[in-house]
Amino acid sequence: MSLIVKTVTTIMIGFIFIYGAYIILHGHLTPGGGFAGGVIIAGAFILKILAFGSEAIDEKKSEMGSSIFESVGALLFIGVAIAGLVLAGTFFLNFLPKGIPLHLWSAGIIPFCNIAIGIKVGAGLFSIFLALAAVKYVMTD
Amino acid sequence: MIELYLFLVFMTVAAFIATEIKDLLAAVISLGAVGFSVAIIFILVQAPDLAIVQIVVEVVTIVIFVAVVFRTTHVDETIGKKLTSSHVLSIVGFAFFALLFFVATVRALQELPAFGNATMKVASEYIRLGLSRAGGANLVGDVILDFRALDTLGEATVLFTSVIGVIALMRSVGRKKLKA
Repeated sequence: MSLIVKTVTTIMIGFIFIYGAYIILHGHLTPGGGFAGGVIIAGAFILKILAFGSEAIDEKKSEMGSSIFESVGALLFIGVAIAGLVLAGTFFLNFLPKGIPLHLWSAGIIPFCNIAIGIKVGAGLFSIFLALAAVKYVMTD
Repeated sequence: MIELYLFLVFMTVAAFIATEIKDLLAAVISLGAVGFSVAIIFILVQAPDLAIVQIVVEVVTIVIFVAVVFRTTHVDETIGKKLTSSHVLSIVGFAFFALLFFVATVRALQELPAFGNATMKVASEYIRLGLSRAGGANLVGDVILDFRALDTLGEATVLFTSVIGVIALMRSVGRKKLKA
């Protein structure tokens, strides 16, 4: 892509990432949540690959990293659920204190679930894009 | 509610163009028009959560489609062929079943209660208890991550499985490099 696209991408990518993180962390207060924020974060990485080409990143390392992050997100989500089972006796029970409504530190396990889903969805969509974008191979037969 | 129907007509026209046009880039743009119309309809019926998800997913999918079109071909060669008798037969059959489906759907939809007066009373319980039981100000978050968290776990499993499927299909093991 041209120099203009690359420069604008370099400036914007951090803001897009921060916006995605904001959507995830405020998922229990404002519209949005883990899924929407995760897709925005994946979009930031996809924008970088589109602007700079797939040569700009180490594909093997990126694919390994996004796979690990996706698994970590899924395990975090199940971990929150099992923590409810172990500590309070019911799968997915909202066992943490609810806090004051409309404050950032409220709603018990919901922010943690949002963070886990955000990591999982962002890394998952990015690894799908990487797998599709990095096709430089053909079948042997 | 007139703008809702305007968007529905616009979406139908755009979807028809997307399937029939020869230039694939124009087809992708028409598909984007359909997707963003869905997002606007979500805003009109006051579902901002869904609108955000629809917008970001639409952007990512359109970007992937455009990348694919730029890398492969711009022209759809499968449409515009001559009409044969089997084509006509399949179109007539499809029209018959579409009409049957339409009649059945209209009769079924007339049985439904009016918009906003659902027979199930679960939703009103969620609205009443959302803030006190789950504690989140965003009611949608309360429902999908507290009352219905098991459904969200299933949804996350679907995404996880699809990622595993894509990586398994596109893996580089057993293939050789296209260019050195």
